[in-house]
Amino acid sequence: MSKPKFAMYWAASCGGCEIAVLNTHETILDVDANFDVVFWPVAMDAKYQDVEAMEDKSILLTLWNGGIRTEENEHLAHLLRRKSQILVAFGSCATEGCIPGLANLSSVDDIFATAYHTVSTVNPDNIHPQPVFRVPEGELTIPAMKPVLKTLAQVVDVDYYMPGCPPESHQIAAVINLVIQVLQGKAELPPKGAVIGAGNSTVCDECKRKRDVKHITAFHRIQEVAPLDPELCILEQGVPCNGPATRSGCNARCPSVGAQCIGCYGPAEGVLDYGARLITSFASVIDATEPAEIERILDGIPDPTGQFYRFNLADSLLRASTKAWKK
Amino acid sequence: MSEKFEPTIIGFTCNWCSYRAADLAGTARVKYPPNVRLVRLMCSGRMDPTFVMKALAGGADGVMITGCHPGECHYIDQNYKALRRFLLLRRTLAGLGIEAGRVKLVWASAAEGVHLAEEITKLVEEIRALGPLNWPKWDEQAEHQPEPALEVAA
Repeated sequence: MSKPKFAMYWAASCGGCEIAVLNTHETILDVDANFDVVFWPVAMDAKYQDVEAMEDKSILLTLWNGGIRTEENEHLAHLLRRKSQILVAFGSCATEGCIPGLANLSSVDDIFATAYHTVSTVNPDNIHPQPVFRVPEGELTIPAMKPVLKTLAQVVDVDYYMPGCPPESHQIAAVINLVIQVLQGKAELPPKGAVIGAGNSTVCDECKRKRDVKHITAFHRIQEVAPLDPELCILEQGVPCNGPATRSGCNARCPSVGAQCIGCYGPAEGVLDYGARLITSFASVIDATEPAEIERILDGIPDPTGQFYRFNLADSLLRASTKAWKK
Repeated sequence: MSEKFEPTIIGFTCNWCSYRAADLAGTARVKYPPNVRLVRLMCSGRMDPTFVMKALAGGADGVMITGCHPGECHYIDQNYKALRRFLLLRRTLAGLGIEAGRVKLVWASAAEGVHLAEEITKLVEEIRALGPLNWPKWDEQAEHQPEPALEVAA
């Protein structure tokens, strides 16, 4: 009997999700033992035509990481959806946009201007990429940028969501083991649309730090608080920690080593808008009642939009700033 | 635009003060523009910033949050929470390109029907001057149909 087929694809992402898969150590051998890897651009050579030639639904499991930023990303999303039985939005970029989603704060023109025509790049010939370019031999095309980055679920139907930037390796191993058990008839798949490989609560719930009543009179950047109390809640010490709204599943990895949670596991169960939930929780614990005093304390969060939507902007209620979509 | 722009404003009112102020304005036949759709909450402290985001994303041109005067909250101090949330929300919305004038916080006691009507009139004109917000209807742009339920055959 032939082995079930496995694919993994990356769209607008950094490649960290692939590293996290390799970080599962010997579990990666289980993938090879139980699956036939048919398409995984970062690990093996395969062409898009090979995927197009496959029968519909012939791939059992596709892990998709990355947001939908270009026409190529979009094409592959539709293609792999058609070819896959189970499509998993894998990692923060695919589930909620992540860091590439922050580009939704700028227009495509501004992104290109910054990337190609500022000090960020040495570009003496003033090259500016074009989707279509004529050369003597004919026409060259590269995929065009979409006006805003979308999450995978905003473009195609998604079966499961696996959050994290990147997903923790022990969680990936658990999910791979689960799928293998399903194949052997020893377990059942979770209901469609479920968040897998993560908890249902918040990072605070997993955090071992001591929590008292919070009275915040100033916000600080973490490097300005030295030394940080190793036992006490980080938010209580005035460092913006995104734990209260962030999904559990990482064992509070950052707070346990003295760094604030930045929210890479995305919104906790039942949170409609991640940033709004954080605004609620931060504003609730500020110890001030006078507008001028409140404003002074809020000055300690120099970039609230970035603080509250670092990972979740593309999946928030508003999704993109007016700069990205307003003509 | 040839026709006059009529802004849509969602107003979140507190059960104990501003909702009654609006009621008072009604029984006293104080006139104010019909652009505000009032939603009654038990307290301005119930005003989750999610409501404001959802209103703006769903087509509102502005949002009005109203509550009891400082020190007069039915639930002791929840209107201070509303104040802090409002100030932080306004900064966050600015980063998304939403003008500060589109979201307003107003204190109005149950006796201040006239004051509330004046504030509504003022806000409608301010938002009329800012123009429509027209936030994209992202969900209507959804490009896919849900797939049938899963059945895995190994």
